[in-house]
Amino acid sequence: MSFTSWHEFLYMGGHYPFVWSAYAIGVFGVVVTLLRPLRARRRFFAEQGQRLRRQSSLESDGGAERIDAPRPS
Amino acid sequence: MGRLKTLWHRLGSPRWFYEISGPWAAGSLIVGLIGIAVGLVWGLAIAPPDYLQGNSFRIMYLHVPAAILSESCYILMGVAGAVLLIWRMKLADMVVAAAAPIGVVFCIVALLTGAIWGRPTWGTWWVWDARTTSMLVLLFLYFGVMALRQAVPREESAGRAAAILAVVGMVDIPIIKYSVDWWLTLHQTSTFKLTSAPSMPAEMYLPLLVSVLGFYTFFFGVLLFGVGNEVLMRERRTQWVTDLVRSRQS
Repeated sequence: MSFTSWHEFLYMGGHYPFVWSAYAIGVFGVVVTLLRPLRARRRFFAEQGQRLRRQSSLESDGGAERIDAPRPS
Repeated sequence: MGRLKTLWHRLGSPRWFYEISGPWAAGSLIVGLIGIAVGLVWGLAIAPPDYLQGNSFRIMYLHVPAAILSESCYILMGVAGAVLLIWRMKLADMVVAAAAPIGVVFCIVALLTGAIWGRPTWGTWWVWDARTTSMLVLLFLYFGVMALRQAVPREESAGRAAAILAVVGMVDIPIIKYSVDWWLTLHQTSTFKLTSAPSMPAEMYLPLLVSVLGFYTFFFGVLLFGVGNEVLMRERRTQWVTDLVRSRQS
């Protein structure tokens, strides 16, 4: 351990504004990098689920023309 | 060689990639985040202070991995761009699309933490020296690749335009790498060399090594996940994605 107390650790020998602001930016960068694709995935499934539900309710409405029909793979 | 060729052909199948990459992405993300946490805490609290810089040198444990990663990410993007241009592999385009937003974040982190570190160490937030300038050019290259993907309306042309910029922009990478040797800059030359021991004691470079490896593993995980997103988006009209969406609904 390089520091003897919490206060000494947070003070960083007087360099605390630099050290902690740099680490805040770094941690923020990691969090953004992690959350962006996770949220995109969740949004994708939510939107596509909605699309499918809309489509099936259109079909049960008595043969309304299907839009956005999935292509057979 | 035969197996390698099969793998190459399979990489052309987005569905295969999506199915195989899921567990790898999750595993890499977890291992990478643990590595980053261990490396940063080790560097912040346990490594000894630098005899000249005091505690501000601890910014290194963040600055160096972020800078290395933003360069590696660009190389990967450039190689993927070349693969797209030569073999027209769809997956390569998805790699470019997924890598750019990750690389740009790490490039910004490297530039900002560098400025913050420069203030107590060099006495200035910013110098127009070879390394900081070439790193700023890298940031603009990332912006360029991302902007081209958005600006060109046809998806295929957008991918090709971005790929060309990604490939051409690769000239900046050796400039960043060797800037400290070619020109007189405030940055020091490489600490880690393949040919000799690091010019730093083990208590200082081991946490840095852990941090760098953690960041790389994390990047690998995010990239795989991001490419998975691209696969889903582009294949959203196919039967297998529709089935996947249905299975998530119930």
